[in-house]
Amino acid sequence: MAQLLTMVVQRLALGLLTLFVVSLIIFLGVELLPGDLAEAILGQAATPDTVAAFRKELKLDLPPHERYFDWLFGILQGDLGRSLANKREISELMGARLGNTLFLAALAAVIAVPLAVFLGILAALYRNSIFDRAINIVTLTSISFPEFFIAYILILFLAVNAGWFPSIANVSGELPFWERVYRCILPALTLTLVCVAHMMRMTRAAIINLLASPYIEMANLKGLKRARIIMRHALPNALAPIINVVVINLAYLVVGVVIVEVVFVYPGMGQLLVDSVSKRDIPVVQSSSLFFAVAYILLNLFADLMAIVTNPRLLHPR
Amino acid sequence: MVGDLIKLIVKAPWSARFGMLVILVYAFVALFAPVLTPFGESEIVGSEFEPWGEGGFILGTDNLGRDMLTRILYGARNTIGIAFVTTCLAFLVGGIAGFMAAALGGWTDQLLGRFVDVLMAIPQLIFALLILTIAGTSVPVLIIVIALLDSTRVFRLARAVAMNIVVMDYVEAARLRGEGLWWVMRREVLPNAMPPLVAEFGLRFCFVFLFISGLSFLGLGIQPPTADWGSMVRDNATLITFGDITPLLPAGAIALLTVGVNFVVDFFLHETSGLRDDH
Repeated sequence: MAQLLTMVVQRLALGLLTLFVVSLIIFLGVELLPGDLAEAILGQAATPDTVAAFRKELKLDLPPHERYFDWLFGILQGDLGRSLANKREISELMGARLGNTLFLAALAAVIAVPLAVFLGILAALYRNSIFDRAINIVTLTSISFPEFFIAYILILFLAVNAGWFPSIANVSGELPFWERVYRCILPALTLTLVCVAHMMRMTRAAIINLLASPYIEMANLKGLKRARIIMRHALPNALAPIINVVVINLAYLVVGVVIVEVVFVYPGMGQLLVDSVSKRDIPVVQSSSLFFAVAYILLNLFADLMAIVTNPRLLHPR
Repeated sequence: MVGDLIKLIVKAPWSARFGMLVILVYAFVALFAPVLTPFGESEIVGSEFEPWGEGGFILGTDNLGRDMLTRILYGARNTIGIAFVTTCLAFLVGGIAGFMAAALGGWTDQLLGRFVDVLMAIPQLIFALLILTIAGTSVPVLIIVIALLDSTRVFRLARAVAMNIVVMDYVEAARLRGEGLWWVMRREVLPNAMPPLVAEFGLRFCFVFLFISGLSFLGLGIQPPTADWGSMVRDNATLITFGDITPLLPAGAIALLTVGVNFVVDFFLHETSGLRDDH
């Protein structure tokens, strides 16, 4: 157990270090700007006085390390600063959007994960059959599609032609839970289609990898049914890589929402980020990139931890 | 060489043959776009959103009255061209860095490795958006940013492959002969690292291509009036709500090419690695 604990603590420390370096990059990336932020935003025409005043407002007169720690401690206390575009508190801008984005990602995950594992097991069970080949082609194809292509196809068929779902995921204000789910179904379905393929292929590969091992051959010779071999003998040992790929795909989901949110005009963090990038509203871009980076790093960290914890060789040391 | 190629094509399953055909057609369109269409790339030739076949516009016109088919043909040239240049740059940077890390080892390896770890910890799309906010959106910035971000993935693979090669006897022989680092990397490591790198090139190209289209779709990639598939989808997206499939055409063009490349890479990987999962 001590060995396990050391590995977990090491991994956590590494994760914290990464978070720190990433926050440094996100904050100091702006320093790479030729000239400085104030000049870049105000443009050529600004008088030196305006630039100086603006610089003071952005606290650009302070040295970078002081600004960085101000920013970092501000964030830790929930103060993200103000938007340049409309002078509102960033925390206020992000408030509801944060929940919306997490809700959408969670909904997609609830649909995608069981579906992917189920299809993966089926493909491993009936490997090299027509069913397996068909699934292989379909998943390879869906990996190759841009998110917005899938999104618009779904809109065309399910929203415009069939009229079953709304084509715009408008979730402003208080909505009952199922109404919210209903309005989010198309974006969630898009995300599902995008990430199910990868998870399913990895599930299939993880199971098939094990099928060459002697204990599976033993089970085979005993005359067990193929379904039982896969469910009882192969699956438990394949769980670690499957959990790993599922969590990595969840990390992808959180970032993948950006384009899907824009397609469906969904009021989430991705939409905010894209709007701010086109307005060059740097403080908001910094805060929302930090959110995405942190979510991504934490989920990847979680995947690593799960891989360590579910490893039977570490759980039962000799 | 030609004989081998023909043998390979005959042996290929239909999916790989389909992929090869798609790649050939796209390359042809990208090269000869100006010959294939009577209109200019961003020439306004009619009124907005003309339906298909009206006034000689086979696929109608877009939101500014430009010929849709012309834009799609030119889009092949711009979108594929930029993605291709970006992928090449990513491989140049990532490949050289990866080989160097493997060949030199020691602190070069450690330094490059940790640097890449940090870069890869940030989601690519978010990183790209952050840098594009700071540096502004223009084609050279776009190419350099995406190439650098993608070279981290190439670095990982190139290093891993080269690691197994630099311990070979023939590499040691070359070193003892007094050959320089560049010679060892180019003449000893590179030829033996080719198959996985070629397959990765195909996959990376797909990824970069989808990534640039995604950015353009968000309005943050290739800027108008340059014809580009991602931004064409965005510009004409309103048509979808009327049940018109025109905006799906450029998106479908993106999808078809990536599917084609993926099929070919899938087949190529299967061929070169002897990868079989039929036990």
